[in-house]
Amino acid sequence: MSEKKTKRRDFLFTATTAVGAVGAAAVVWPMIDQMNPDASVKALASTEVDVSSLSPGNTLTVLWRGKPVFIRRRTQGEIDEARAVKMEDLIHPEKDEDRAKDPEWLVMLGVCTHLGCVPLNDKGDYNGWFCPCHGSHYDTSGRIRKGPAPWNMEVPKYEFVNANTIKIG
Amino acid sequence: MSDHDYRPKSKVGQWFNDRLPLLTLANHLTDYPTPKNLNYWWTFGGILTFCLITQIVTGLTLAMHYIAHADMAFESVEHIMRDVNYGWLIRYIHANGASMFFLAVYIHIFRSLFYGSYKSPREIIWILGIIIYLLMMAAAFMGYVLPWGQMSFWGATVITNLFSAIPLVGEGIVTWLWGGYSVDNPTLTRFFTLHYLIPFLILGLVVLHIWALHVPGNNNPVGIDIKKPSKDTVPFHPYIVIKDGFALLMFMIVFAFFVFYAPNILGHADNYIEANPMVTPAHIVPEWYLLPFYAILRSVPDKLLGVVAMLSAILILAVLPWLDTSKIRSAVFRPLYKQFYWILVADVLILGYVGAMPAEGLYLLIARVATAYYFLHFLVILPVLGFKEKTLPIPLSITEPVLGGSPNLAVARNKESKIE
Repeated sequence: MSEKKTKRRDFLFTATTAVGAVGAAAVVWPMIDQMNPDASVKALASTEVDVSSLSPGNTLTVLWRGKPVFIRRRTQGEIDEARAVKMEDLIHPEKDEDRAKDPEWLVMLGVCTHLGCVPLNDKGDYNGWFCPCHGSHYDTSGRIRKGPAPWNMEVPKYEFVNANTIKIG
Repeated sequence: MSDHDYRPKSKVGQWFNDRLPLLTLANHLTDYPTPKNLNYWWTFGGILTFCLITQIVTGLTLAMHYIAHADMAFESVEHIMRDVNYGWLIRYIHANGASMFFLAVYIHIFRSLFYGSYKSPREIIWILGIIIYLLMMAAAFMGYVLPWGQMSFWGATVITNLFSAIPLVGEGIVTWLWGGYSVDNPTLTRFFTLHYLIPFLILGLVVLHIWALHVPGNNNPVGIDIKKPSKDTVPFHPYIVIKDGFALLMFMIVFAFFVFYAPNILGHADNYIEANPMVTPAHIVPEWYLLPFYAILRSVPDKLLGVVAMLSAILILAVLPWLDTSKIRSAVFRPLYKQFYWILVADVLILGYVGAMPAEGLYLLIARVATAYYFLHFLVILPVLGFKEKTLPIPLSITEPVLGGSPNLAVARNKESKIE
């Protein structure tokens, strides 16, 4: 037995194991994937919001995909404050110009990027939002400034359908 | 009496036992030789079995009335409380039963820590116990989500979001756990399924836990190996059965106090408000039994590291048998360990307290010191102590210190032989 010869039986053993493993994976994947968002959840992809009643300095909160979205009509003071911030002072550097294309309107997911709570409006050390769960402070552009949250509040895909209506998603 | 020698007296019993040796098993369980010096801290195994069965029975009956749907769950729980015959009683037993379960399991765990029950040859019993504890936390968390109140919803949101701390795949995992883009109906139905499944997994693990226990036999307050059966043991029935039974009765008095006089004191008032994805309650706290770990999570200012610290705090227990380098089991003979043990108990209680407080100012500072000490205890103090500590002389048998009345072995042995 100096040389181990591959026998017919070795081939059958390897082939059976390989086919069995592929078969098992093919059965396991549907069991795992069934937990992902289903077609009916994905169908609720966009929502239209009438913002005509919103006056400067106020925030409208709407539900999109089960999550709150903040639509804030910012005052000139808030815009100036957000734009005056230096990039090096930010934990997650993003220009306010990139977050709010129309400076008057800030649209973002009202979900703290730490563990998903809804931050409170007009609170915190930076006049923006404050998360009551674990104490994250956001500025008037929804950028994280202090606390455990790692990122700025997310800006979803949105557009103005007309002067009074925003389509989110 | 060896298990293999057992033979039922009746002909029918013999016929049955030859085909399925259940009677041999029953005989093993009743005759099982138990150290005769077990104190009341050893009665919590039996109490925990009672807790598990109580949760399964009350849970099954609640499931006959509960509706796992985001639009109906909250109302169906109120329906159980107001309309279902004795629904209030069954639900209060189930809800407070979870707290009683954790109360008992913490006593059980800290008993192991004091008497060194996790050490060789009982590492597998200990690790099975830690897995049971993890499953208990999962079951308790998912059960708390089912009433679909504000704390249910936001507790579920915060805990599932812990997985988003994982780099790259975190967000995908959270979406997968939710079955959507937020905690919603698909989350509720799968939590209900898993909440139903886990107790039976725990039951299976409890069987293994007891099986593994019956191989080396019980540890005991003196922490020495004993011959079994011998003068140092008594049969499980009736001696331990009656002692466990008495302790269980005392425990049930405490249990009944909560169920009948303070059924909501361990809960949170916000959970009687229906879940609202638009508003987070001002102050989110988990149930009391998770508070120490919650304090550890919040004491770390980084998201990923906070989650890692919290998980490590639990998983570090699984490797405890190898972190503790001392050969002596019982803290009775370890004067230094005994002191560090009580400091650890205080440390965990402090963590629990600051976990319930807002994470700011002095509370945050205390949480950070207590978190650091928790890891220091397991990673530095325990390994070093095994080499540095001067332990007290241990007796040769359980009987010896009682009959000898002194740690002097020669005198004790002499006296023992005279009595014989």
